[in-house]
Amino acid sequence: MQNILLNIDAGTIDWSRAQFALTAIYHWLFVPLTLGLALIMGICETIYYKKLRAAESTQTVGFWKETSKFWQRLFGINFAMGVATGIILEFEFGTNWSNYSWLVGDIFGAPLAVEGIVAFFMESTFVAVMFFGWKKVSAGFHLASTWLTGIGATLSAWWILVANAWMQNPVGCEFNPDTMRNEMTSFADVALSSSAVDKFLHTVISAWIIGAVFVVAVSCWYLLKKRHTELAVKSIRIAVVVGIIAALGAAFTGHISGQDVAKTQPMKLAAMEALYNGGTDQGLTAIALVNPICQPDYANEESAPLKVEMPYFLSLMATNSIHGYVPGINDILNGYTRPDGTREPSADEKIARGKQAIAALQAYRLAKAEGASDSILTAQLSIFNENKDYFGYGYVTDKSQLVPPIGLNFWAFRTMVGVGCLLILFFGLVLMLAFKIPFFSVFTRRLLSAIGLMDEAHADVHGATRMPVWLYWAAIIMVPLAYIASESGWLVAELGRQPWTIQDMLPTWAAVSDLQAGSVALTFILFLGLFTAMLGIEISIMLKQIKKGPKES
Amino acid sequence: MTYSFLQHYWWFIVSLLGAILVFLMFVQGANSMVRSLGWTPEGRRLVVNSTGRKWEFTFTTLVTFGGAFFASFPLFYSTSFGGAYWLWMIILFSFVLQAVSYEFQNKLGNILGPSTFQWFLVLNGILGPLLLGGAVATFFEGSNFVVEKSNILDATALTPVISHWGNASHGLDALLNPWVLVLGLAVMFLARTLGTLYIINNVDDEDIRSRASVRLVGCAVPFLLLFVAYLVHLLLKDGFAYDASGAIFIEPNKYLHNLLDQWPLLLLLLVGVVLVLWGIAVEVITTRSRFTNKGIWPAGIGTVVTVLVLLLLAGWNMTAYYPSTADLQMSLTIENSCSSEFTLRTMFWVSLLVPFVLAYIVYCWRKIDSRKLTHDEIAHDEAY
Repeated sequence: MQNILLNIDAGTIDWSRAQFALTAIYHWLFVPLTLGLALIMGICETIYYKKLRAAESTQTVGFWKETSKFWQRLFGINFAMGVATGIILEFEFGTNWSNYSWLVGDIFGAPLAVEGIVAFFMESTFVAVMFFGWKKVSAGFHLASTWLTGIGATLSAWWILVANAWMQNPVGCEFNPDTMRNEMTSFADVALSSSAVDKFLHTVISAWIIGAVFVVAVSCWYLLKKRHTELAVKSIRIAVVVGIIAALGAAFTGHISGQDVAKTQPMKLAAMEALYNGGTDQGLTAIALVNPICQPDYANEESAPLKVEMPYFLSLMATNSIHGYVPGINDILNGYTRPDGTREPSADEKIARGKQAIAALQAYRLAKAEGASDSILTAQLSIFNENKDYFGYGYVTDKSQLVPPIGLNFWAFRTMVGVGCLLILFFGLVLMLAFKIPFFSVFTRRLLSAIGLMDEAHADVHGATRMPVWLYWAAIIMVPLAYIASESGWLVAELGRQPWTIQDMLPTWAAVSDLQAGSVALTFILFLGLFTAMLGIEISIMLKQIKKGPKES
Repeated sequence: MTYSFLQHYWWFIVSLLGAILVFLMFVQGANSMVRSLGWTPEGRRLVVNSTGRKWEFTFTTLVTFGGAFFASFPLFYSTSFGGAYWLWMIILFSFVLQAVSYEFQNKLGNILGPSTFQWFLVLNGILGPLLLGGAVATFFEGSNFVVEKSNILDATALTPVISHWGNASHGLDALLNPWVLVLGLAVMFLARTLGTLYIINNVDDEDIRSRASVRLVGCAVPFLLLFVAYLVHLLLKDGFAYDASGAIFIEPNKYLHNLLDQWPLLLLLLVGVVLVLWGIAVEVITTRSRFTNKGIWPAGIGTVVTVLVLLLLAGWNMTAYYPSTADLQMSLTIENSCSSEFTLRTMFWVSLLVPFVLAYIVYCWRKIDSRKLTHDEIAHDEAY
C-alpha cells in the first residue's frame, strides 16, 4: 500500500473553514432577498395581470405594471451577486474539500446536479424573459416567467438545503469498505428527510422575511420623503402580510427544527444553550454570561454564570415534556442513559471504537489484497461493521475537539431568536396600522397614542401614510437587523456542527484538500476583497435606484 | 441497465454538457471583442445587451456541468478541483466578475464606471474559454497527480488526504504543455468565431455587424489552424488505455483507434466539422452588404457535435479520461472514478428531464430573439 506523507499544516484546515464560511456568508447576503423579493414581485405582477384582464383603467393597470417593474429592477441588481457568489460554493467542495468530495460525493453530488438541471436552468431562462420580455411575450407568459423565476430560485434552495441537511443528519447511505466511501441507499431518505423538510421550510420562510422587511423599509423611506405614496402604501400592504406570515412561520418551523436538532445533533443544542450539564426538567436559557469568543471551562463549571432561564422550557421544547431529558456537553462527552434505557457511549468509547473500525478496515483491505480466505475477510468486516457508526471518531485525538465553539453558538442563537421576536412585533404593529382591522387597528392606534408614540390626530384614522415617523425609521433599521438574524441562523447551523463536516462521520481535518495554507489564505483574501467591493457597489447602485424611484406611468 | 451502461451514459451526459458549454461560450467570445465591435458607448452597450440576454445560459451550463461531474464521477471532481486549485480558481474568479458585470456596468451608483466592468467582460471572454479549453486538453495530455484512497485510513496523519498534486503550482503547470495551450487557444478563437456569428445574427446595427464579419475571418483562421493542429496531434499521439482488470497502459494512436472502433463517432465528427466550416463560410463568402445571419446555427450545432465526439473519445472505449503523468496506474477511468450504481441509476431518471429543460430554453430563446436587438430597444426598454 502506498502511504504518502502529506505535509499539510493545520493552517490549511482553518483557512479552508474560514474561506467556506466567508463565501457562504456573502452568498447568504443576496439569496434571501432574491427569494423574498421574488414572492413580492410575483404578487405585484399578478395584481397587474388581474387588473389588465378585468380591463380596469389605464392608470390603474399602468400603476401596477410599473410597481412590478420597479421591484423587479431591484431584484435584478441583487440577483447577479447571488449568482456570482453561488458558483464559488458549488466548486469549493472540490477545490478545498476534496476528501469530502470523494468520501460522500456519491450522496452529496446528486442534489447539486439536480439543482443545476431542475432549478438553475429554470431560474436563468425565465429571468431573462422577465427582464427583457415585456414587449416580446404575452402578459400571461410574462407573469408565468416571473413566478417561474421565483420557483426556480426556491427549487434551487430546496436541493442545496437537502445537501446541507444531509451534512447535519446523514441518512440513506452506507459505507462501502471496498470502494472506501459512503454510498447512497435511498434517494427518498436523503431528499425527504425530516431534517431536509424542516430546514427548507425554515430557511425559505426566513428569506421571505428579508424580502418583506426590505419592501416595507423602501416604502417607508418614500413615505418619509413624501414620494411615490401610492406605490409605498400598496407595497407595504403586500409586504406586511407576507412578513407577518413569514415571521410567525419562521418561529414555528424554527421550533420544529430545534426538536430535530435535539434528536440528531444533541451537542449542537447543548452548545446553543451553553448547557454544560443536562438532565430532566431543563430550563431554557434566556441570557447568561458566556464569553462569545473563548471556550468556557465546561468540564469544571456547573453552568454558565448569571444564567436567567425559563423553567422547564428547554425540556418542553426539545422533548414535548417538561420532564424530558436533555443532555449537556459533559453528559455527551462522558456518556449517558437515554430516556429509552439505552446507553449513549462516552466520547472516549466512541473514539476507541472509531479507531477499531479504521484498523479493521485497514486489515480487511490488506487481507483482500493478499488474497486471504473468506473467513478472515468476514471476521475483519464483522469488526468493522460493529464499529462503523463511530468511524469518524477514529480521527479524533482529544474529546475537546468534539465540542463546537459554545460562545458563538450561544449568542448567534439568541440574536436570531431575539430579532425574530422583534420582527413579529414589528410586522404585527405595521399590519395593525396599515390596514383597518376591526378592533385591533383602533386599539393599537389608541394605545400608541396613549403612551405618546403616536400623534393623537392619527389615532382615529388608518393607513400607512398615518403611521408615526419613528416607525418609518424603525422599518429602515429593521433591514440590517433582519440580515444579522438571518446570518446568525446559519452560524448556529454550521458552527454547531463543528468539528464535523458530516455529523459524526467526517471531521474537518479528514475532509480538506492537499493545499498549502498560503494558497488558501491568498484565495481567502482575494474573495474577501472582491466580494466586499462588489457588495459595496451593489449597495451603491441599489440606493441610487431606490432614490430614483419607479418611472411614473 | 448495467453498471457499465450507466457509466458510459453519464460520460455521454457530461460530454454533452461540456459540448453545449463550448457552444454557449459565444457569449465569452463576443464579450472579448466588445471594445473592438462597439466603438461608441452606445455600440458597446448594444453588444453587452446582446450577449447579456444569453450569459446566464452559459453560466448555468458551467455550473450544471460541474454538478453533473460531481454526481457521476466524484473522484475526478475531488482530484481535479482539489489538485488543480489555481487553474480552477482563476476560471471561477473570471466568471464571478462576468456575473456582476452585466447588471452593474451601466447603473447609476456604479462607482467603478462602465468601462471597468466591460474590461471584466473582456477578461472573462479571454480567460474563460482559454483555461476551460486547457482543462479539457488535460484529458488527453495528462496531469500530475496521485490518488491513494487508503490514505483515509491513516488516522495518525494530520490530514489523511487521498489525492495529491505532484507540484506546488496546483494546475498552472498544465499551461507549460504547449499542446494544452494549443487546444486552449483553439477554444478561445472558436468562442470568438461563434461570438462574431452570434452578433451578426442578433444585433441590428450595420456598423457592428460589419466589424463582426471582418473579425470573423481574423478569428476563424487561427481557430481552424489550431484545431486542425490539435486534432492531428491527438489522432497520432499515444493514449491511455485500460484493460478488463483496470490496469492502465499506453497505447499508440489510441484516440485514432477510438475513432475507428466507434465509427459512428467518426461520422459525427465529420458532420460536426462540416457544419462549423459551413457556418463560417456562409458568412464569409457572402458580400459585406448582405448578411445571411444564419451562420451561427450550423456553426453552433457543429461545435456541439464536434466537441461531444472529442470528449467521448477521451472516456469511452476503455480509455482513461484523466491520465496521471505521476503514476499511470492512478489514472482515472469511467469505471474507477464513478458513483455507485444506485446513484447513477437514480440520476439517470433525473436526466430524463433534460429534454423538457432544453425545450423550454429553446422556446424562451426564440421569444427573446424574435426581433434583432436595436438601439431603440436599449434606449427605451429594460436593458443592462
